[in-house]
Amino acid sequence: MDSVYQALVDIVGQEHVSNRQEELFIYSYDLGTTEPHRPDYAVIPRTTEEIQEIVKLANKEKVPVVPLGGGLSLAGLAVPFRGGIALDLKRMDSILEVNEKARYAVVECGVSQGQLTSYLERNFPHLTHSEPGAPPTATIAGNVAIHGQGDLAQPYGFNSDMVNGLEIVLPTGEVCKFGSCSIGSGWYTQHPLPDVGLFLGWSGTTGIITKVSIRLFPSKKIRGVGQFVVEDEELVPEIMYKLTHTQMTEDVIAFSQAIPPFASGLQHFTINIVADSEKELEFKHEIVWDDTLGEYIRSGAGGFLGFRSGLQRPQVSKTSDWRKGGGFEYVGAIMPVETYPECYRRGRDISERHDIPYTVLGRCIGAAHAMMFSWTYAFNRADPETIRQAREALHETDDLALELHGTIWKPGLYGQKLVMERLDPNTLNLMKKIKQMLDPNGIMNPGNWEVS
Amino acid sequence: MTLTDYKYGDVIHRCFRCGYCKFPINWMDVNNCPAYARFRMETYSCGGRLWLTRAWLEGEIEWSDHLADILYSCTACKNCEVKCPLSFNIDILNMMIAAKGEMVERGEVPSPVKEFLENIQRQGNPYGTSRAKRGEWMEGTGIEAYQGQEFLYYVGCVGSYDTRGQETARILGKVLQKAGVSFGVLGNDENCDGNEVKNLGEETLFEMLAEENVAQFQGLGVQKIVTLSPHSYNTMKNDYPGFNGEFEVSHYTQLLQGLIRDGGLDVSGGYNATVTYHDPCFLGRWNEEYNAPRAVLKSTPGVQLVEMARNKDGALCCGGGGGNFYIDLLGGSADSPARRRVREACETGANVLAVACPNCLTMLEDAVKAEGLEDKLAVKDIAEIVGEACGIK
Amino acid sequence: MYELKFNEDECLSCTTQDCLTRCQYMDIDRDTAKAEILKIAHGEDSFVLHDCVTCYACEEYCPVNNHPFYLIVEKQEELDVPPLPRPLIRRGIQTGIPFRGEPDIEEINGQALDMGVFSDLMYLIQGRLFEGLPVISQDPRKMFHYFCQLMYLHYGRTSVIKERLPGIIQTIAKHNVTEVICFHDECYGTYTSYCPAVGIDVPFKAVHLFEFLYNRLNELKDDINPINLKVAYQRPCSSRLSSDKHHFVRGIFELIGAENVEREYVDENALCCGGTIQGQRREGSRKRAADVQKRNIEDMKNAGAEVCVFNCPACYTTLGSMVAKNGIRPVFMSDLCRLAIGEKPAGWR
Ligand SMILES: Cc1cc2nc3c(=O)[nH]c(=O)nc-3n(C[C@H](O)[C@H](O)[C@H](O)COP(=O)(O)OP(=O)(O)OC[C@H]3O[C@@H](n4cnc5c(N)ncnc54)[C@H](O)[C@@H]3O)c2cc1C
Ligand code: SF4
Ligand code: SF4
Repeated sequence: MDSVYQALVDIVGQEHVSNRQEELFIYSYDLGTTEPHRPDYAVIPRTTEEIQEIVKLANKEKVPVVPLGGGLSLAGLAVPFRGGIALDLKRMDSILEVNEKARYAVVECGVSQGQLTSYLERNFPHLTHSEPGAPPTATIAGNVAIHGQGDLAQPYGFNSDMVNGLEIVLPTGEVCKFGSCSIGSGWYTQHPLPDVGLFLGWSGTTGIITKVSIRLFPSKKIRGVGQFVVEDEELVPEIMYKLTHTQMTEDVIAFSQAIPPFASGLQHFTINIVADSEKELEFKHEIVWDDTLGEYIRSGAGGFLGFRSGLQRPQVSKTSDWRKGGGFEYVGAIMPVETYPECYRRGRDISERHDIPYTVLGRCIGAAHAMMFSWTYAFNRADPETIRQAREALHETDDLALELHGTIWKPGLYGQKLVMERLDPNTLNLMKKIKQMLDPNGIMNPGNWEVS
Repeated sequence: MTLTDYKYGDVIHRCFRCGYCKFPINWMDVNNCPAYARFRMETYSCGGRLWLTRAWLEGEIEWSDHLADILYSCTACKNCEVKCPLSFNIDILNMMIAAKGEMVERGEVPSPVKEFLENIQRQGNPYGTSRAKRGEWMEGTGIEAYQGQEFLYYVGCVGSYDTRGQETARILGKVLQKAGVSFGVLGNDENCDGNEVKNLGEETLFEMLAEENVAQFQGLGVQKIVTLSPHSYNTMKNDYPGFNGEFEVSHYTQLLQGLIRDGGLDVSGGYNATVTYHDPCFLGRWNEEYNAPRAVLKSTPGVQLVEMARNKDGALCCGGGGGNFYIDLLGGSADSPARRRVREACETGANVLAVACPNCLTMLEDAVKAEGLEDKLAVKDIAEIVGEACGIK
Repeated sequence: MYELKFNEDECLSCTTQDCLTRCQYMDIDRDTAKAEILKIAHGEDSFVLHDCVTCYACEEYCPVNNHPFYLIVEKQEELDVPPLPRPLIRRGIQTGIPFRGEPDIEEINGQALDMGVFSDLMYLIQGRLFEGLPVISQDPRKMFHYFCQLMYLHYGRTSVIKERLPGIIQTIAKHNVTEVICFHDECYGTYTSYCPAVGIDVPFKAVHLFEFLYNRLNELKDDINPINLKVAYQRPCSSRLSSDKHHFVRGIFELIGAENVEREYVDENALCCGGTIQGQRREGSRKRAADVQKRNIEDMKNAGAEVCVFNCPACYTTLGSMVAKNGIRPVFMSDLCRLAIGEKPAGWR
């Protein structure tokens, strides 16, 4: 009898652990192009205490632990490269608190984006959170664990900048809290205590987030999206700059794609505008479309495609099925906005060389402080050759992002290596020390962010 | 069978495993696939099942009891088909049923499934009770045998054999009598409708049942059928035409809706309760009939209808479909869909949970007991509610 | 190449200059009108080319059917006075490119309904009105093979129409349809007005949807229950090309017992839905469109309309939710007819 298995059963109960081929098969894959690796166990805990016990056991037995949320990060970030325990956190799915007046929500780590959206819509319609474009099964915790960004990125930045507090199970099993909650003062702020930013963006290699307090923002009665289109990609950075100057937009995205044909070779903007009244809406329309973008319309360089009330949140994504193939993966990189034209042209070029219809998109973060630029490559899951092509294109794109002075977001192993090669050696060394200190046995999501 | 021979070999890889199929109509939780709700391992989600099926057919994993359990834990509730945003969604259930079919072919199905199918083969019902007892439910009701009346009242296996099912079958019969509907039943000559058999992947047996039933109905000159169970309604309406069985099929709630509307049934006796209605999958998502049962309830004086958060095409299945009211792969836990569902019903403040399907009736009533909610919530078939409203005891 | 049949002499001898004097979007007197239309005919620049909102109306106003609108649009292209910004034109032109394989050609040998580029609106052609009627262009993936292209009038790109349309006509003809009932009014205008105006052959007879509906309703007359609703009709730009069929609107309303409310912007005075105006290049287009929409809807409201009846799906997309917000139910004509024969309209909201 496998003693680790038995110990896991003792912790979470028979039904919530498996070492059977079916579970091991499913948890060996993510949805992108990464080669699968089988875990030895799949475990679905329900409480922080269970997670603590699991982590302690893993340390004792030197078994890797790979946290998994929605499993939608696509770059292989939750593939158990060294086997061990695939720790599916989705049963930890309680929304613990919504503080209406201080505008935050405390959720367990398995709470999905869609769950929070729906909960707020039903119970606090005047509050909202920054929802990523991922399928709504993505978790809040998984998203901050990789520095995600959502549809409030333009006014408020990265989702991980919206964290008010965390509860973490450390790789050695202790539970820690960060932010005001750590002194028992409620979950309303991450600052001003000494900063221990050791868990956001680490892709689960420094600990397991069990609770997150995430900021909520005003949700206005009318929320809608307007579209604008230009032909010349060189105009995109200045338009983003001007739009952010208005401080009247929410999500600002520019995209271009080969299919359907209408979008090919053009740069479309989707611009979210919200208002509490028709009066406020018209005022914003005037500032955005007439005063700010009017010059492009009059010169014939830009066109207004109309405004639709009603945001579909979360959006249904059909990208994976464009080639009737069931798969896609993208490189996302945090890029200076001014690189948009080059990102577009070079990305298009990579796609065309790999025989993949191109799809690129830039989402504005903050007041055009940066953009998340994504290059998406669809593949056919049934055709290994197309998977190989997509993987190649992804790697070339990782190189490209760095060449253009960008920073790869949620890089897979290949991208992590490129980033670490360029990292300031002292920083790299510090990362190594932190990692060694927090995770002496190297059990947390091994393979990722490993400094040699 | 290999992937190349599999009928859906060119579609099954298209599932991205994005998980939209786990949701009810909004995104309130990820528990609307009853099998996933019960187990919460990705393998039990719709996407997991599709990926495993493909892996099995590709030879990446071996057949196992566990694999068979995973496939057979699908209740064919159709939530996934309705929620998956991709265009292949119309084939999701077909893909799973075809995989079950392959298991049947190889004789590699979970033992309760085997039992279920054998019982039907031998006795025409999943319980294995003798065919000769099929008509016992109607004793003393004065319900006539079918002999050219306007309607054939098709009762189905659960209505014929299950104690609670029998009660509803009788009450519905009495309601129809009271309304002066001309109808008859088949009694001991009734056979299984085959709906579950089809969903369990036993296509040959299903064809046999459908052919026999069609021949029998035609022989008797049946033109209109009213069914107690949405499962029978579904297969007779949608599958039997493929066997040259063109009948005018209605579910009893549809018939009652018309009768009440046209004054043919007096429900002025009323029924005083706060009622929440659970949509059965084979009436709701499978046939998009969300209105008739609600209309019947609304037109019953005294009924105050409240909706559960998940309703209509977002309803959570009771867990009894795909043969699971008998093979019961989803039972035994507070996470069982039926128990989740009755807790949800309780949250509405209703004191009656109305159903329109004998399978749901037994599943949910057992769940009420398991949850210890007997004092708070009664599970009633709409036939019973209407029965009471028109003075039938 | 195809050439527009335009006769300058007609304009010279015209006593009304209705084409421009009746324009609802430019204020032009008779003398100016004459001078400008002649300038345009001569290939000279004119403010009309810049200010035209491309509403098609002058095509109807012209008493002698001399095609002033087609002329304006051709000259916009010739003189490079595009009504829309460049990216919108490119986007529009690319929109019409089929990209999902060739259509399956099924021979019909008779009458058929052509969905044109609205295959995803098949739900609107259900029920007894359409029973037994073969339909072409049912597959949204293939619908651009049936796209009549006339939309490019709004884009000042008749060259695209002339280049693509013959191929589209061929595709339809391959179905061996003798009578093509056009789901979209604009297709009807294309085959009965635009094609003859520029000399493109149309090897089938086009039938206007409303004429078809009118005839079907007559056949089903016994099943009609008057709907007793007050309706306003949103007349689309393309119906200016088939003004001889416009009377079927009233005809249908009478048959189904709809009360056609008295209002200002009706028939020849109908207002554009604003869909194309809002994106135009001219200063203030967005507000202009909003103003037109507001006047239009206010007018419907003042006249007491309960329902706004649509002909064109594009108008519906632009105005549908706006009228709904104002308490008027938007509905397609075919759906309204279904209501009258006791069926449930598919698109009620
Ligand atoms: C179509 C599509 C669109 C997308 N659009 C966006 C977008 O607009 N913005 C955006 O930010 N992302 C986007 N993504 C990427 C990704 O899906 C999201 O960032 C998502 O929120 C990740 O959450 P998850 O729960 O799926 O994380 P997972 O993939 O499960 O995990 C991500 C990483 O975090 C670790 N992890 C997960 N949970 C925890 C935890 N509780 N504690 C510690 N570590 C943990 C995992 O080990 C893994 O390394 C998109 C993805 C897709 C498929
Ligand atoms: S079945 Fe559809 S919704 Fe479900 S995971 Fe697969 S692609 Fe997504
Ligand atoms: S039919 Fe129901 S039980 Fe089966 S996979 Fe779909 S959602 Fe789950």
